[in-house]
Amino acid sequence: MSADAPSRFAVLLDSDFVYSFRKSRVTLIATLVTVSIIMAALLAPWIAPHDPFDVATLSLLDSELPPAWAEGGDPHFLLGTDNQGRDVLSAILYGSRISLAVGFVSVFFALVAGVAVGLISGYFGGLVDAIFMRIADVMLSFPTILVALLVSGIVRGALPREMHENAALAVLVFAIAITTWVQYARTVRGSTMVERGQEYVLAARLVGRSSASIIFRHILPNVMGPVLVIATINLAMAILIEATLSFLGVGMPPTNPSLGTLIRVGNEYLFSGIWWVVIFPSLTLVVLVLAVNLMGDWLRDALNPKLR
Amino acid sequence: MLAFIVRRLLQAVLVMLAVALIAFAMFRFVGDPVNSMLPEIATTEDRQALRAQLGLDEPIPTQFAKFIGGAVQGEFGISYRNKRPVSDLIVERLPATLELVFAAALFALLMGVPMGVYTALNRHGFVSNLLQIISLIGISVPTFVTGILLILIFSVWLNWLPSFGRGEVVQLGWWSTGLLTISGLKSLVLPSVMLGLFQVTLIMRLVRAEMLEVLRTDFIRFARARGLTDRAVHFGHALRNTLMPVITIAGLQLGSMIAFAIITETVFQWPGMGLLFIQAVSFADIPVMSAYLVLVALIFVVINMIVDLLYFVVDPRLSVGGDRA
Amino acid sequence: MKQSGPLLEVRDLSVVFDTRRGPLTAVDRISFDLSPGEILGVVGESGAGKSLTGTAITGLLERPGRIGGGEIRFEGNRIDNLPPEQMRRLRGRRIGAIFQDPLTSLNPLFTVGRQLVETIQTHLDLGREQARQRALELLAEVGIPAPEKRIDHYPHQFSGGMRQRVVIALALCANPKLVIADEPTTALDVSIQAQILAVLKKLCREHGAAVILVTHDMGVIAETADRVAVMYSGRIAEIGPAAQVVKAPRHPYTEGLMGSIPVIGTGADRLTQIEGSMPRLTDIPAGCAFHPRCPCARADCAAVRPEPRPVGDGKVACVLYDGGGI
Repeated sequence: MSADAPSRFAVLLDSDFVYSFRKSRVTLIATLVTVSIIMAALLAPWIAPHDPFDVATLSLLDSELPPAWAEGGDPHFLLGTDNQGRDVLSAILYGSRISLAVGFVSVFFALVAGVAVGLISGYFGGLVDAIFMRIADVMLSFPTILVALLVSGIVRGALPREMHENAALAVLVFAIAITTWVQYARTVRGSTMVERGQEYVLAARLVGRSSASIIFRHILPNVMGPVLVIATINLAMAILIEATLSFLGVGMPPTNPSLGTLIRVGNEYLFSGIWWVVIFPSLTLVVLVLAVNLMGDWLRDALNPKLR
Repeated sequence: MLAFIVRRLLQAVLVMLAVALIAFAMFRFVGDPVNSMLPEIATTEDRQALRAQLGLDEPIPTQFAKFIGGAVQGEFGISYRNKRPVSDLIVERLPATLELVFAAALFALLMGVPMGVYTALNRHGFVSNLLQIISLIGISVPTFVTGILLILIFSVWLNWLPSFGRGEVVQLGWWSTGLLTISGLKSLVLPSVMLGLFQVTLIMRLVRAEMLEVLRTDFIRFARARGLTDRAVHFGHALRNTLMPVITIAGLQLGSMIAFAIITETVFQWPGMGLLFIQAVSFADIPVMSAYLVLVALIFVVINMIVDLLYFVVDPRLSVGGDRA
Repeated sequence: MKQSGPLLEVRDLSVVFDTRRGPLTAVDRISFDLSPGEILGVVGESGAGKSLTGTAITGLLERPGRIGGGEIRFEGNRIDNLPPEQMRRLRGRRIGAIFQDPLTSLNPLFTVGRQLVETIQTHLDLGREQARQRALELLAEVGIPAPEKRIDHYPHQFSGGMRQRVVIALALCANPKLVIADEPTTALDVSIQAQILAVLKKLCREHGAAVILVTHDMGVIAETADRVAVMYSGRIAEIGPAAQVVKAPRHPYTEGLMGSIPVIGTGADRLTQIEGSMPRLTDIPAGCAFHPRCPCARADCAAVRPEPRPVGDGKVACVLYDGGGI
């Protein structure tokens, strides 16, 4: 407008989007928490005080120590130790690595598959659309956790028993991705159908652009907002499903534990009063999922002008 | 309306056929049923005999037809793990799960609806904000963590309530109930709270959102403009309209609670279908898995139909024909 | 308290919306009177603040909107600062309201009878049977055929016009002295609009109720109203007897509005249209809000906001009429 037009960055800073982010202290904290947990998990081999998988360093003398601040605690083991003398804090750091890895990788696969299906279904319609959407209907009518359990059960049934432990991570990712692609597909399909009818898409077709080019240049950018929201909320969900499957004993094995496995193992000692082995991994899981959910909630509201 | 019911029934049958196909495919193609059922030392003749006995040498469509025929009569074969008929196992476990789910649903409705109404009407109050925050935490806490906390507090530390099993049960025909004994009822408390707590937050948030939506509508504004009391506007008009969608969701949630019961039953060693299923998954006990799948799908389909029919009862726009003046 | 003065006096009423970028003034210091039994038409483009004025009088403004200043007196008593419970007793009983869309004004889950009885019993000390009897009379009065049968029907079983008749019956349940009708015919078929207006007009006459008729339809005003207030950007541009405002508009904006209704039998075959559009609340120009679009704008229009001055039998807020004008 005027000579001193604000820079793009200034415009972004002044936008409602950034405003609502800065305004929401809760979101700020949630983002900080998420980032620090991710950093801690990434850096686990360097920052963990002990290596929980190095049997040589474990000593039964150190077993079942309470947290450092409790009576009988050892400052070397901040959050206490389990029945084998394993440091709980280190186990949590390594466990978060697994949990986050499963979460991110399965969100990635689900997103790619779901967006692809959604674009194809929405753009071309017809039989492909009908088939995908019927599958989606059936899957959505069952709870996620049930579908995930079923898929993992089938895959385990198909694999020889001795492979179960080694393939655990892949099975989990597969089960979670298979269960969650539907939401992306549904949303993207809807937006694609709307965008496809827009005049600019018609114009692009008239000047002879290929379908692929229209999809990637014009439609995809327009559906990324909702996809981002689903991806964030699904990250929390994927972590939760992984934890649940592991807790139920059909996820990560105790030799390579995720947060869910740690809780499962710790749960067995609950009655001997060794609460810290189960409580701290649980707390980590809750805080992580809550933080990601809060970010997702905020993102959804910020990208949805109707709610403002 | 009759046409609607017929169409709905047809849909239900189609869904059940699809689920049966999946269950059949699992049974037939995941692993080799013969290998899973016989000891490793079995001879080739033994294998052939069992193969013929199971009908595995017949054409696939015939096998599927037989599978459906069996399923309709509740026959799902023999559990690989327990070596007992799957139907017997399911019948044994069904009452435990259903009692748990209904107790939890009751708990969820009795807590969730009033809390939702309260937070919608006192949108900016302190208690409302507190409930909102708690509910947000509530949906982020994995149910098994809730269960562990409940056990830690009420069983380990306070020693008030049992933490596993159903307590004493009474047989009423084939139905075993824990509702008639003190220990049975006490055992039900923690599991149903754990299973219901997540639904409480869900129902509360749903009721709140719906109620806020309804409170914004023209007919509520018009009701206010007519000078009706807040009581009449909130509880006469708004609540009634709010509960319409809530019925649907609550009904559908009943289905998902049966699935979530898997987790609750694992935490509390509750001898229901969920525990049976999770053991089947970890042992790849396909007959049990496919039977569970079919049964749960059936329950889902039935609940869906009931919910749809309930709409006719509640909403005059559907039950009374549109005979306009 | 009865007195012979105006039924409703609005003085310097403002309605503001609190937003995060500061308060926005949607209705800006408007004043007008309403005599008992009078029909006042309020016209203007959407967003001119006509509906908000009605909502403010009924005390139904919702956050973030609120009354920012001024007074509303009803039968001589201030009502803009009444506690909610007293205001509620006034609504429906002394001040009735009719909304734009009859499809959404009625609760779909209750029979019209139940909604009528409920309203009657809230305001009048009648038993169930008596209330039902009165409901039947009201339905008959608003012209619903076979009320004994229709009273137990649900709103969806009525057509749009019939539903608006029910709404009118609901508004008149307790014989209010003032009815605020917010675009009562806009959502209806053109063929039905006239019928509904006739019913509204007749019933208000019979019940002795004054009406504030909010609309953007000059034709409706010309046929129905005794007096007209023309609103622009939250201000009253011109107010006066309907005949005068419609036939001999003084304010350039009113002239523009009149130019945009087709008149059968005149030579002009082109409708004139006002250039541009009404400013958004965030950037209402200084001085006269209309000056950027005004064909008669002068240099001082941007400087001072014109106050309403008596012209003929009405008042006009325009510099043309300031200090002897033209």
